[in-house]
Amino acid sequence: MKARAPRSLTVLATAGLMYLHIPILFVFLYAFTTEDAAFTFPPPGLTMRWFGVAAQNDDIRQALGLSLMVAAVATTTALILGTLAAGAVWRTKFFGRDTLSLFIVLPIALPGIITGIALRSAISLTGVSFSFWTLVIGHATFCVAVAYNNVIARMRRLNPNLLEASADLGASGWQTFRYVLMPQLGSAIITGGMLAFALSFDEIIVTTFTAGNQQTLPIWIFSSLVRPRNRPVTNVVALLVIAITFVPIILSQRFAARTENQ
Amino acid sequence: MPFREFSLIRRLSTYFYTRRRLRLALLLALPVGWLVVVYGGSLGSLLLNSFFRIDSFSGTIDRTPTLETWRQVFTDANMAVAGRTIGMATAVTIASVLIGFPLAYRIARFTSGRAKTALVLAVLIPLWSSYLVRVYAWKLLLASEGVAAWFFNVFGASSVLGWILSLPLIGGPSLSTSSLGQFLVFTYIWLPYMVLPMQAAVERLPESLLEASADLGASPATTFRRITWPLILPGVAAGSIFTFSLTLGDYIIPTIIGNSSPFIGLAIYSQQGVAGNLPLAAALAIIPVVVMGLYLTGARKLGAFEAL
Repeated sequence: MKARAPRSLTVLATAGLMYLHIPILFVFLYAFTTEDAAFTFPPPGLTMRWFGVAAQNDDIRQALGLSLMVAAVATTTALILGTLAAGAVWRTKFFGRDTLSLFIVLPIALPGIITGIALRSAISLTGVSFSFWTLVIGHATFCVAVAYNNVIARMRRLNPNLLEASADLGASGWQTFRYVLMPQLGSAIITGGMLAFALSFDEIIVTTFTAGNQQTLPIWIFSSLVRPRNRPVTNVVALLVIAITFVPIILSQRFAARTENQ
Repeated sequence: MPFREFSLIRRLSTYFYTRRRLRLALLLALPVGWLVVVYGGSLGSLLLNSFFRIDSFSGTIDRTPTLETWRQVFTDANMAVAGRTIGMATAVTIASVLIGFPLAYRIARFTSGRAKTALVLAVLIPLWSSYLVRVYAWKLLLASEGVAAWFFNVFGASSVLGWILSLPLIGGPSLSTSSLGQFLVFTYIWLPYMVLPMQAAVERLPESLLEASADLGASPATTFRRITWPLILPGVAAGSIFTFSLTLGDYIIPTIIGNSSPFIGLAIYSQQGVAGNLPLAAALAIIPVVVMGLYLTGARKLGAFEAL
């Protein structure tokens, strides 16, 4: 049992946590406000009607579909690339190994705008036209780091004797991979994938620079914020984004916690 | 399971097992192709683009190498923008340390088990979720008819709010169009990046040292100054990489909150988008890269990379 914390420390820590969490609660509240032009607090009345309006809006539906597609394809790509890279870096030394690790984390260590404008420059230079795939390339680039970090962390904790035991017992390389390695890595890959999905789904900066006239959900929200229109509907869409990113994050944490306990 | 049936697979896996270089090459082909060639190449093209210029008549990119775009970067106006951005990044980093420390310390030293998992999760979730929506939430809070103004009003402190907003440098017509509001949002968004490495650093702090310091008669303040702070500094430096770097490049927050005075990120965004001047946007983007390069060199000396 740990010592009791000083009262003042607890107060300050609680204040910090409230600062992190209270603002988002107002997004929930405003999704139900009857006010349609301003951010009046307290809301003059509560209503469910904006949910219906949002569901009927074709722009929102298309943007939602595009965001989900981009996140799914980018996550899959990033998982493949990240797992391969982790496999190469794990227990092997080769020329340029540190450079590779640097390039993997660079897209999330540098501000998003650098990654965005760099990809934009390359697109302009090579004359590639903007499409769904330029979005996927942008998103997969920063998602690789998440996949890689999760998989390599699990590999480092893996007991190498397991692989040797498997080989000693006569398993082929494929069988060791399929029946020993994959069950160990599986949950790390899923965790990485869920986090990458959440990251991709609400990404706006890299998206802006790699989208032509495609509109993802975050781009739709951003443009409705810059030119205020559909305020109540924006509130509902904001709530939707929170809900959709929250699910994979929570699942991934439960998953990670369960494997820790094993 | 029948091993013999997989003889082809078995021979293939033996083939790869004995050829380490080939196996490595196959593993590396895709990630290296993507990250080093596509992403690294893109960073290279960013630098290349900064040596092109925009033709002022046709508005198209003129691809003969020139230093003209770089001359446009080093104007007083752009340097003022860079200065303001670095100032904001510094303020946000300091505020994150001040707000983050009690939280990190409380989690690391006075909680355990499920409570600790839950608290770490509470700090972690905002880091993964809905960046844009979290910025938007503050629009609701800070608008002149919004939540914050209502609270000031209820507590009869509207004049205090008016006084704060009338201050030069941090004030503005309303909280959502003031630098103070901008600062609050930046800190709110990047705070978790500071708390987590700080918390990890406090976890590694040997309790015996703190007890020894107290036994030898040091006041809590002295213990903090001479023991705690120097030992958690690598963690603080690691967190500051994120709070500093992410503030440096952001353009979403200055677009939604604040008085539309430009930041580097905003300048890059508008040069590329509205002005259609990709070479100048590329050259401006080199500024945060250089600043971050210098910052990382400093952070490395403080041991930040081991604390990541």
